[in-house]
Amino acid sequence: MSTEAIEHRFGPYGGQYVPETLMPALAELEAAWEQARRDPQFTDELDRLLGDYAGRPTPLYLAARVSDVVGHPVYLKREDLMHTGSHKLNNALGQCLLARRMGKRRVIAETGAGQHGVAAATACALLDLECVVYMGSEDIRRQAPNVQRMDLLGATVHTVETGARTLKEAVSAAIRDWVANVEDSHYAIGSAVGPAPYPALVRDLQRVIGDEARAQILEREGRLPERVIACVGGGSNSIGMFRAFYEDAEVALVGVEAAGEGLDSTRHGAPLTAGGRPGVLHGSLSAVLQDEDGQILEAHSISAGLDYPGAGPEHAFLRDSGRARYVAVTDRDALDAFARLSRLEGIVPALEPAHALHWALANPHAELDLICLSGRGDKDLAQVREARGDDGPAPR
Amino acid sequence: MTGIEQIAAAFAGHGKRAALMPYLMAGFPDLDSSRRIGLAAADAGADLLELGVPFSDPLADGPMIHMAGTRALEAGVHTAEVLALARELAPAAPLVLMCYANPILARGVERFADELAAAGASGLIVPDLPLEEAPAVAGACEDRGLALVPLVAPTTPDDRLEAIGRRARGFLYAVSLLGTTGERHGLADSFASVVARAAAHTDVPVAVGFGIATGAHAVEAARAGADGVIVGSRLIRAAAEAHDRGEDPAPSVGAVVEELAAALATEPSR
Ligand SMILES: Cc1ncc(COP(=O)(O)O)c(C=O)c1O
Repeated sequence: MSTEAIEHRFGPYGGQYVPETLMPALAELEAAWEQARRDPQFTDELDRLLGDYAGRPTPLYLAARVSDVVGHPVYLKREDLMHTGSHKLNNALGQCLLARRMGKRRVIAETGAGQHGVAAATACALLDLECVVYMGSEDIRRQAPNVQRMDLLGATVHTVETGARTLKEAVSAAIRDWVANVEDSHYAIGSAVGPAPYPALVRDLQRVIGDEARAQILEREGRLPERVIACVGGGSNSIGMFRAFYEDAEVALVGVEAAGEGLDSTRHGAPLTAGGRPGVLHGSLSAVLQDEDGQILEAHSISAGLDYPGAGPEHAFLRDSGRARYVAVTDRDALDAFARLSRLEGIVPALEPAHALHWALANPHAELDLICLSGRGDKDLAQVREARGDDGPAPR
Repeated sequence: MTGIEQIAAAFAGHGKRAALMPYLMAGFPDLDSSRRIGLAAADAGADLLELGVPFSDPLADGPMIHMAGTRALEAGVHTAEVLALARELAPAAPLVLMCYANPILARGVERFADELAAAGASGLIVPDLPLEEAPAVAGACEDRGLALVPLVAPTTPDDRLEAIGRRARGFLYAVSLLGTTGERHGLADSFASVVARAAAHTDVPVAVGFGIATGAHAVEAARAGADGVIVGSRLIRAAAEAHDRGEDPAPSVGAVVEELAAALATEPSR
């Protein structure tokens, strides 16, 4: 686990733009994390749970038929094989252990795709904590299987009806709950966003993805990948992946955002790619979709996990510094990659990492790719069918 | 007089048990109604006015103020119009703008402060700009004699309260409870202690807000030592209910402000 200083700022980005009520809780969280990450009792327990319970290390898979299509080896980091079906559990286990250590018996979470909600509900069941999840009604509709899972796991799911009824509003509702219940509750944010120390905390809990993948590919190929590719919603699977390669200057880091209906439309979720003035959303200064007056705009993506108008502050910094580049893939192309991976490899990916896959397929000029397959696609079947206008599986 | 001096004069000269500061949302239920609501509140005994700038993601606000801001934005209210409204209301009572951080950053801190001063406003409250993030906005306000009013909460420890209280200009905003804005049945247990702790750590007046909805609450706040009371959601509700009945909201809001002012002006009957 990292023992470097916990960053409040990444260049100009980050900070703590929150109501005063939360400031002492952020300080308490930072102090708790500062201690816990150096405490072998904590790190051993986390490692044990990540291993025996969650199934780490996840495999690195050489996707042979995808490799044939693009003409070079493509490796998939199989976070879809982790317990609960996505990388979100890495963060949820760490934060829920931390909540218990701080004596907070109630955990608040927001969720878009439902994957973080399921991960938080899972960790809370395991650690005997109360779990409250906020989810927009539009996401409840399009990710119904995950709502049923949260319910089974004993979490209380609150429907959010404000705004576009998706992830942005769910985060806002979760923060409002935290303001009212800060003394006995921990807010387990689901991505590398929010006020400090969350972006650093979530990155450190997710960097296990990149650390494992780096060692695995070195062992398999005897070299580092030319490109590391990951989808960016808030940016947690991508930052966890990228972090391990910061010092490897020869490795290109590519973050793939949601272009939705196109970057030239207003219906996308690609603040890093679109550029524009930085702004404050959910407690930190970063890339954000906003209008002239600084009103935050609604995002759009077919994948609920990328349907967010902001991105983690460290990504904005990596973009400006040139260490990582950011691109965007449309709904239509993500759907195409979703179907292609299913047929080529027998792996049904979540719609979120399908964006990353599409970019790799469409940009084949490289020697060795490492893609984060951040989750599996079971949750997306109804949504994909609806988008295609199908009544059922395509006959063959 | 600078904005800071106008606020000081309002707190010194109200002649009530505590200064009364109604909150209204710019552009709710529409721009012209909000102008008349502000004027009606001033007529009915407001000592200062707090004018809310609608924002897409108001993290410190409960459902009532959130709804009002959303409706204003849906009707197409822009920052420029809010500043124009501030200019019309400032002559009626010292005016403090309540605005989240991003609309200020989007306009540019210096430009925003210039326009606020030009509108004749006296101060600024930014609910998501804690001490650590405040220096640029504080400096811009200070340069123009505007008060940047900070908030303290029941969770704020004494050493932090001291640092915030020392930098407060105009007044110190004590958040009465753990939670967002909105009407409550009674005042939180935390409320008297946050008022007392705030007062012990600053030289400026202390105004208490969040959850103050009735004359009885206002009197209780004054008894606990608050120099001012801020009432928001109750007044937004009055405006919304009148509007939904197809009536002019200004007199309805004015009537509630009058009740609050009366409660603060007289010895309460127990
Ligand atoms: C499978 C999967 N991948 C990616 C994401 C996007 O989040 P992040 O950018 O934080 O990794 C989500 C979010 O719900 C997800 O479920």
